[in-house]
Amino acid sequence: MLFFSYFKDLVGREVTVELKNDLAIRGTLHSVDQYLNIKLENTRVVDQDKFPHMLSVRNCFIRGSVVRYVQLPPDGVDIDLLHDATRREARGG
Amino acid sequence: MSWAGPEDFYLSTSLASYLDRKLLVLLRDGRKLLGILRSFDQFANAVLEGACERVIVGDLYCDISLGLYVIRGENVVLIGELDLEMEELPPHMTRVSEAEIKRTFKDIKVYGAEAQKVEREATDLKGSMRKRMEFLDMD
Repeated sequence: MLFFSYFKDLVGREVTVELKNDLAIRGTLHSVDQYLNIKLENTRVVDQDKFPHMLSVRNCFIRGSVVRYVQLPPDGVDIDLLHDATRREARGG
Repeated sequence: MSWAGPEDFYLSTSLASYLDRKLLVLLRDGRKLLGILRSFDQFANAVLEGACERVIVGDLYCDISLGLYVIRGENVVLIGELDLEMEELPPHMTRVSEAEIKRTFKDIKVYGAEAQKVEREATDLKGSMRKRMEFLDMD
C-alpha cells in the first residue's frame, strides 16, 4: 500500500514510465491503483521513431505488471517522508 | 484495476473511460491490436470488437482483420487511446497487402539470421585475435 499511497501523491506530475519491453513513455500521471496500474495523459514516447504505432496515442493505461521503472522529477521525492513511511510499514507488517 | 472506492472517485484507473473507443493494445509478444473496447475486468482482460493486428516491418505496415477478440489481461502491456485528429502512423509509412508484408518479414528474418551469424563470427574472431596478442605479450 505504501507505493500506492506514494503514487497517489504524485498524481498530476510529469513522469516517465519505462516498460519491460523497453518502451519509455513520458506523460502526466493521471491515476494509479492498488496493482500500480498507471494511467498517463498527454503522453509522448521517448524514442518515437522506434515506435511509430504510438504516434497518435495521447492517453494510455499501463498494466502495473509490465512496468520496469517510473522515473520521477528530482523534486518529486521527499526522501525523509518516504523513509518514515517505510519504517512504519516495516514495523506494522 | 479497482472499482472506484468513495475516496478514489476522481482517481480511478478503470478502463471504463475507454469503453466504446478505438484503442491500440500492445501485447507482451510485441503484437499491436487495434479495436473498439467493449468489455474489461479487474485483470485487464478485454473484449475488442472489429479487432485488427497492425504488422509493421520497417516502413511498411498491414492491418490484418481479426474480428471479435477476447484478450487475457496477463498479455496486455499497454492500452492506448487513439487521438482521432492525429495520423495513426508517420506519413512515410506505406500500407501493403498481407501477402507482401509476410514476404518482407520472411526476407528480414532470413537477413536477420545471417546478420546474427556474421556478428557472432566477428566476435569470435576478435576473441581469438585477442588471445594471440596476449600470448605475444606474455614474455
